[in-house]
Amino acid sequence: MSLTHYLVLAAILFTIGAVGVLVRRNAIVVFMCVELMLNAVNLTLVTFARSTGTIDGQIMALFVMVVAASEVVVGLAIIMSIYRTRRSASVDDASLLKY
Amino acid sequence: MEIVPAEGLLAASWLLIALPLAGAAVLLLGGRRTDRWGHLLGTATVVAAFLLGLACTLQLDGRRVDVDLFTFVSTGSLDVQAGLLYDPLSAVFVLLITGVGSLIHVYSIGYMAHDPRRRRFFAYLNLFVAAMLLLVLGDNYVALYVGWEGVGLASYLLIAFWHERPTAATAAKKAFIMNRVGDVGLALAIFIMFAQLGTVTYEGVFGQVGTLAGGTITALGLLLLLGACGKSGQFPLQAWLPDAMEGPTPVSALIHAATMVTAGVYLIARSAPVYDLTPTARAVVLAVGAITLLIGAIVGCAQDDIKKVLAYSTVSQIGYMFLAVGLGPAGYVAGLAHLLTHGFFKAGLFLGAGSVMHAMDDSVDMRRFGGLAPRMKVTFVTFGLGYLALIGFPFLSGFYTKDAIIEAAFDRGDGWGYVLGGVAILAAGLTAFYMTRLMLMTFFGRPRWEEGVHPHEAPSVMTAPMVLLALGSVFAGFLLVVAFPLEEWFAPVFGEPEEVEHVVAPIVVSVLVTLVMVLGVAAAWAFVGRREVPVTAPARVSPVVRAARRALYADTVNESLFMRPGQWLTRALVFVDNRGVDGAVNGLAATLGGSSARLGRAQTGFVRSYALTVLGGAVVVAGALLAVTAG
Repeated sequence: MSLTHYLVLAAILFTIGAVGVLVRRNAIVVFMCVELMLNAVNLTLVTFARSTGTIDGQIMALFVMVVAASEVVVGLAIIMSIYRTRRSASVDDASLLKY
Repeated sequence: MEIVPAEGLLAASWLLIALPLAGAAVLLLGGRRTDRWGHLLGTATVVAAFLLGLACTLQLDGRRVDVDLFTFVSTGSLDVQAGLLYDPLSAVFVLLITGVGSLIHVYSIGYMAHDPRRRRFFAYLNLFVAAMLLLVLGDNYVALYVGWEGVGLASYLLIAFWHERPTAATAAKKAFIMNRVGDVGLALAIFIMFAQLGTVTYEGVFGQVGTLAGGTITALGLLLLLGACGKSGQFPLQAWLPDAMEGPTPVSALIHAATMVTAGVYLIARSAPVYDLTPTARAVVLAVGAITLLIGAIVGCAQDDIKKVLAYSTVSQIGYMFLAVGLGPAGYVAGLAHLLTHGFFKAGLFLGAGSVMHAMDDSVDMRRFGGLAPRMKVTFVTFGLGYLALIGFPFLSGFYTKDAIIEAAFDRGDGWGYVLGGVAILAAGLTAFYMTRLMLMTFFGRPRWEEGVHPHEAPSVMTAPMVLLALGSVFAGFLLVVAFPLEEWFAPVFGEPEEVEHVVAPIVVSVLVTLVMVLGVAAAWAFVGRREVPVTAPARVSPVVRAARRALYADTVNESLFMRPGQWLTRALVFVDNRGVDGAVNGLAATLGGSSARLGRAQTGFVRSYALTVLGGAVVVAGALLAVTAG
């Protein structure tokens, strides 16, 4: 399998994630799409690390995982508390932060 | 003559200013607690200052003494030392201010007895005395200026003492503003002194003034004259003084007759070394004096308000003094002698007028007086002596000092000398006319009193000062001119008196003045004394009388030349400020506010639209990067 296969897969995953963030209203799904985008990026990082024979990309991917893990904790907590107060997990309902 | 440092009692002459100032401070800061004895304290400080001044003057012995006090301003090259100059010139002013001031303080105890704000009145009077003493005692122009503004403030406060009357409040503002016009002149003169000479002390200025260019000296003289005109109610700034009569009568007597309004004469006499070098400015002083003494005398003839007549008389008499000091060395002593005797008899006349008003329920309309002589004997006699002194009745005060001025005018020797002398003699006749008219309308004839007025003599606390001032009116002229000539007293200041060739023999002048005076009295009797005085002023009168009743249209001229254009200017400036300056600032603020409100609409609150923006931005950045690296 050549380098291109990995990169095309990563691009497809990233696009699915991005479209999901833009079109889905459920906060949980939006959240999962964000994770999908992060992991698509991880895949490119690891791919390039493998092809160049260095470990920089792998280290970077580990960092992204750590950040994603902490983000999941905080993000889920926020979604939980929004759901408790509004009885809804729709991102369009939480639209008070405006002019 | 050399100025020597002070020692002994003279070193304590700053107490002269400090005493009344302390009195004013105690009365103003003490508040109602001092109501009961405030007037006594106020009188005591001025009497003490008078006694101290008397002792200092006796020690003076023809010297000029400088008292160095402290550094007033020291910044860069400007160095003003606060110091006092006690010389024969300031000594006579100190005695006049504190002497007449003491008498008027005593009189005010009775005059203001029923006024609920009597304590404040005495506080202001004390403040005035302190400022006036600083004015005449300072040894530099800055000290003089501080005193100058101090008396202006006291004058303003006292004219507006009954500020619940709109006329009094307006008169006070008028006096204050017209004085400011003059003060600008004085301030500019001081600036010139500092800029050109680097000093403001009398000694320094007079020593170096000769090094200046002729034009600068003339400007200096004219600016000082502008200041003097403002303070002394001289043409063209004479209109405030008659209106200042809205103040209580003791104020009119002390400030607007005897002392403050003569400050202009003091300024010009003190600045003699400047005027010695500028014949132009001196000629303007002469012209101002001559014009003013005629204006005052003419307007005085047509007024029905007893205090206004006396006020225009003051304007006219100060015109005499300006005329005298404008004559140069020959006239200084004559002018100052007239200033001193005028201080006595005009203060006496005002106190008499106050006594009459006291008896007539504060009415000032002479058409409603009449027949008061038998009811108010003391007032009548003292007022009558002041009247005789003012019109120059032989051997009374005014006779000696006014004749001296007229003689000095003739002694110029040229055609202008005759013109000035003629004007002065004519005004002497007018003085006799208006004062006789005042006497006849007030004290003689049938009573024309309003209903319910019961004239009575004033209490002795008021009549005693009147008697003392009447004595001064009778004897001061003889004492100052014949017995103890002021010329010798002033020799250290103005130099030894010179023997002058009299162009017109003094006896001829005296006879002429007396004749004109008798003519004026006779004319007054013919117009006023012979007939019944109408209770309302006749409406069908000649244009001259109509003009004189309106003060020769001085207010009209001031209003149309200065007040209205000033108001237009103010309105135009307000318009420019509101529409121009404010418009620009407000417009900028409105533009920013409006556009930020419109931009804020972009913040919809929908997370997904934000996400789209982020994605769009990232795509643009990536595209740009690709374009750059690929290109």
